Amino acid sequence: MLDDFLVRALLGGIMVALVAGPLGCFVVWRRMAYFGDTMAHSGLLGVSIGLLLAVQPIIGVAVVVVLAALALFWLERFRWLASDTALGMLAHGSLAVGLVVAATVPGLRIDLMSYLFGDILAIGKGDLLWIGIGAIVALSVLALIWRDLLAATVQSDLAKAEGVPVARVRLIFALLVALLIAAAMKIVGILLVTALLIIPAATARRLSGSPEAMAVWAGLVGCVAVTGGLGLSLWLDSPSGPSIVLAAIVAFLLVLLVTTFRSKNAAA
Amino acid sequence: MTRTLTGLDAGADAGRLPADRRVLASAQALAVACDGRSVLSGVDMEIAAGEIVTIIGPNGSGKTTLVKALLGLVPVTRGSAGLADGTRIGYVPQRFAVDAVLPLSVNRLMTLTARADSAAIAAALDRVGVGHLRQADVARLSGGETQRVLLARALLRKPDLLVLDEPVQGVDFAGEAALYALIGELRDEMGLGVLMVSHDLHVVMAATDQVLCLNGHICCAGVPSDVSRHPEFLRLFGRQAAATLAVYRHEHDHDHGLHGEVVTDADHDHANHDHAGHDHTHDSHRH
Repeated sequence: MLDDFLVRALLGGIMVALVAGPLGCFVVWRRMAYFGDTMAHSGLLGVSIGLLLAVQPIIGVAVVVVLAALALFWLERFRWLASDTALGMLAHGSLAVGLVVAATVPGLRIDLMSYLFGDILAIGKGDLLWIGIGAIVALSVLALIWRDLLAATVQSDLAKAEGVPVARVRLIFALLVALLIAAAMKIVGILLVTALLIIPAATARRLSGSPEAMAVWAGLVGCVAVTGGLGLSLWLDSPSGPSIVLAAIVAFLLVLLVTTFRSKNAAA
Repeated sequence: MTRTLTGLDAGADAGRLPADRRVLASAQALAVACDGRSVLSGVDMEIAAGEIVTIIGPNGSGKTTLVKALLGLVPVTRGSAGLADGTRIGYVPQRFAVDAVLPLSVNRLMTLTARADSAAIAAALDRVGVGHLRQADVARLSGGETQRVLLARALLRKPDLLVLDEPVQGVDFAGEAALYALIGELRDEMGLGVLMVSHDLHVVMAATDQVLCLNGHICCAGVPSDVSRHPEFLRLFGRQAAATLAVYRHEHDHDHGLHGEVVTDADHDHANHDHAGHDHTHDSHRH
């Protein structure tokens, strides 16, 4: 069964979506969409460095993305630098360096399109194993830090005063997002990774009355988007990454429409 | 005038407080700097179980910083600040806003940092008069409702010390008095220490045992009636605030000085005149 590339794509996509949903909720709650985007942009540099050092590109991506996250924490200390400016500089700076390195280092052949827009149909059995292990570890870690991370998100001083290790929890969360981005690059590509984090979460908000429900719904919406997107891609012969994001947007609009209609009916 | 009122030990020495006074939090020669700029320096203070201590001071005087230093939320530059061993705190921070992006009910907020059983949650919410809001969305609460819910959440932790940073923000005038009355009742019932930050002067002065007047350092400290007459206090808050306070201060003087005698209009007038004279004399000394 795993010999079918479509089955592998579907499995890989669903596993990533199940992690992206709950993590994406925190990205949305903490208003970190641009933060995720910046880490994703730095991913291309990771690909180039990974290939230069002859290691798996995904390892290069994970390392560089984690370094980008740490650089962001460091830049946050400079009050004269607006945080969105710092993010923009890091995002486009690292993307530019990644593109320059990819183009000028002799012998380095990078299929840019597959990294920018994803290549879910090329997921191999080895990739699937790593994504599976990563997904289980990421969800377990998230479950362990859930209460603390939520408390730190609602009011970090309050959480800290009541004994929550806020700095540690924030760092773990940033690392989880970095790892997810490394894995999700394969699915939807650098330019669309953030979509997989925020669109399912935004959709889930309309369906949920508690943070926990929203996390579960976001995971489910992500699975629907992956499945729908792959179907769309098969049907229209369209690129799979953008098709998945398109499916997520359609899901968002449908949920928005239905819930708005319902609440209007309830009010009337 | 020397700062003989600095520190709260004066109250204890006067025998106003029991001998087995249990200190919950204290600062010794505390200094805090932020980006190289001194925010607090030379602050000595302590709070014990059963006391209500209110920190007042102008904007930027370091009130919130002092509270945060005691709670270990900002790094201490010199001296020390912190909670006594085993002090459980309930904290209501100055800024608390949950926006509609996060679906959070009051019920879920109650167990934000620790589990609690359903009956205890209901009891805490009922105690502060917001039992009916248990299923409400936190993002939709009014200012007063938010403060009460946060107070309930703090109580749920069975604290020894309540730390309330501007507890009446967003609360209308009638609600303010009710909230301060509630805080006083909680202190009486549970023997809590209460550390409050405020800048609305006269209501809070009526509801507090000790006042710390802060402006980067402790300008003056003591029981409200003393502080409200203190030259440093008058210099900081000016004649207008002093005039507002006169209403309070003379009520307070009557409580203590007249021992239940009938208060007449003549007494009021006398007190006001007395106060105006004091203020004026003080102004001439300022230069």
